[in-house]
Amino acid sequence: MAMTMTQKILAAHAGLEEVTAGQLIMADLDGVLGNDITTPVAIQEFEKAGFDSVYNKEKINVVLDHFVPNKDIKAAKQSKTCRDFCHKHSIKNFFDVGKMGIEHALLPEQGIVTAGDCIIGADSHTCTYGALGAFSTGVGSTDMAAGMATGKAWFKVPEAIQVVLKGKLSPFVSGKDVILHLIGLIGVDGALYRSLEFCGEGISSLSMDDRLCICNMAIEAGAKNGIFPVDDITIQYMEGRSQRPWKVYEADDDASYVKTIEIDLSSLEPTVSYPHLPENTHLAKEGKNIKIDQVVIGSCTNGRLEDMEAAYQILHGKKVAPDVRVIIIPATMAIYKECLRRGYTESFIDAGCVVSTPTCGPCLGGHMGILAENERCVSTTNRNFVGRMGDISSEVYLASPYTAAASALTGTITDPREV
Amino acid sequence: MENAKGTVFKYKDNVDTDVIIPARYLNTANAKELASHCMEDIDTSFVQKVKSGDIMVAGWNFGCGSSREHAPLAIKTCGISVVIAKSFARIFYRNAINIGLPILECEEAADQIQAGDEVTVDFNTGIITDLTQNKEWQAQPFPPFIQNIIDKGGLMASLKEK
Repeated sequence: MAMTMTQKILAAHAGLEEVTAGQLIMADLDGVLGNDITTPVAIQEFEKAGFDSVYNKEKINVVLDHFVPNKDIKAAKQSKTCRDFCHKHSIKNFFDVGKMGIEHALLPEQGIVTAGDCIIGADSHTCTYGALGAFSTGVGSTDMAAGMATGKAWFKVPEAIQVVLKGKLSPFVSGKDVILHLIGLIGVDGALYRSLEFCGEGISSLSMDDRLCICNMAIEAGAKNGIFPVDDITIQYMEGRSQRPWKVYEADDDASYVKTIEIDLSSLEPTVSYPHLPENTHLAKEGKNIKIDQVVIGSCTNGRLEDMEAAYQILHGKKVAPDVRVIIIPATMAIYKECLRRGYTESFIDAGCVVSTPTCGPCLGGHMGILAENERCVSTTNRNFVGRMGDISSEVYLASPYTAAASALTGTITDPREV
Repeated sequence: MENAKGTVFKYKDNVDTDVIIPARYLNTANAKELASHCMEDIDTSFVQKVKSGDIMVAGWNFGCGSSREHAPLAIKTCGISVVIAKSFARIFYRNAINIGLPILECEEAADQIQAGDEVTVDFNTGIITDLTQNKEWQAQPFPPFIQNIIDKGGLMASLKEK
């Protein structure tokens, strides 16, 4: 029976020769992840059920990234709960302020996740690691607790949608535009319960940062995971970085897909998702009349080095529009440091932006850039739901770092090719 | 499992976890505190009106967005006995099962049931009855694997038994 890439990884981790879509399996996990919001709930469940040890202290990852540096006393307590638990159980990959980064930028960067892995994370954007050719998916805190205790998780083997990419992206068009375009095509539940399997000659022109961004937002189409085949670009990224040997899985040529979608990368233009759903896509060039109050460049979607580079390309030597607050958040300490070394940080500050240490903060309306009533933000984050970044009348427009930076200069939604 | 009976609160498609429980309240894992803010960004009166046993009905892709288990937990703690929707986002689906919030997928019921209707659900048969409209629908039953988790009282309880 022919299998997709996702199905092959799941079969291998369930100790089965083959699996078919719809089958319920119990799979061995290479990693379990949680953050400062979801881990405290997982710890409650773990302790309530009476477990006193974790299955493997090297395979559990706890990253304090959402409300850190702690925004208030309650958030500080949640961080402390995580910290105490990790110390008690000698969790190796515990990332506190100073070492932390946004989890889905940090784990690939540190080589903690690698090709062929089966990973669960109590954060919906755990699907990011599909960029490395891993199966990874978001779960809740109880699944995290069960994963910490047993090293296993149950899955329903997903059907797949094949996304064939051809051609090459034009200048100022990036991975973010690819995934926003795709979500615009299929809708926020267009891939519900399914895997999004990317393939085609077009992927060879996509960098790892592009692929990480694309897989990151697979969940915004409802997908269980997004996944890219492993090629030279993946291998190059993993070499000298991956903490464990990787394994390459390939989809069978005759694997079955419920649908095949073709995207010509060369035809894509800078794309923006208007409120209040990521599927509400428009072209950036059509947004000239939409005045904005804030820009956020960062997050697990677009806080990586290439994203900072894109922002720098647009903002260097310029000034942001007088009435716009611009918040730039490199996603990890390594990226933060590299921005300093390359002079990006100084350039951002000279342009009138603030540069924050890593945090998820504004993306989910936590802290570091909350919106007042009727305010609008162009953001490189991943969700634009009602009230996501602040007051329920505020609006979030999702875009690439190029588009967000260009909009920061003009004060309205702007195509980066026009600045 | 006991039957559910209650008054319906009805919502549209793509009810996301940010409106079920906004992230500004996620600095606590206290279920009662979370429940006191449930749905407030799309329905400010929900928390005042909801009674133990009431039923939530919605369209496609209920619970999309974040993996926060605080969302089904807030709904459950408010007293909602079952959520009936056309479909559920996958992480919400898992979380609801794992924490023991009953959920049912039934497109016709989700279409036809109106806000304020009195509805009962028989979990053994999957039959949804609208007493106000005198109509009945059959929901998709859970696969035995998942039914077993529910019967054991949630995922952690089912693990402990092994």
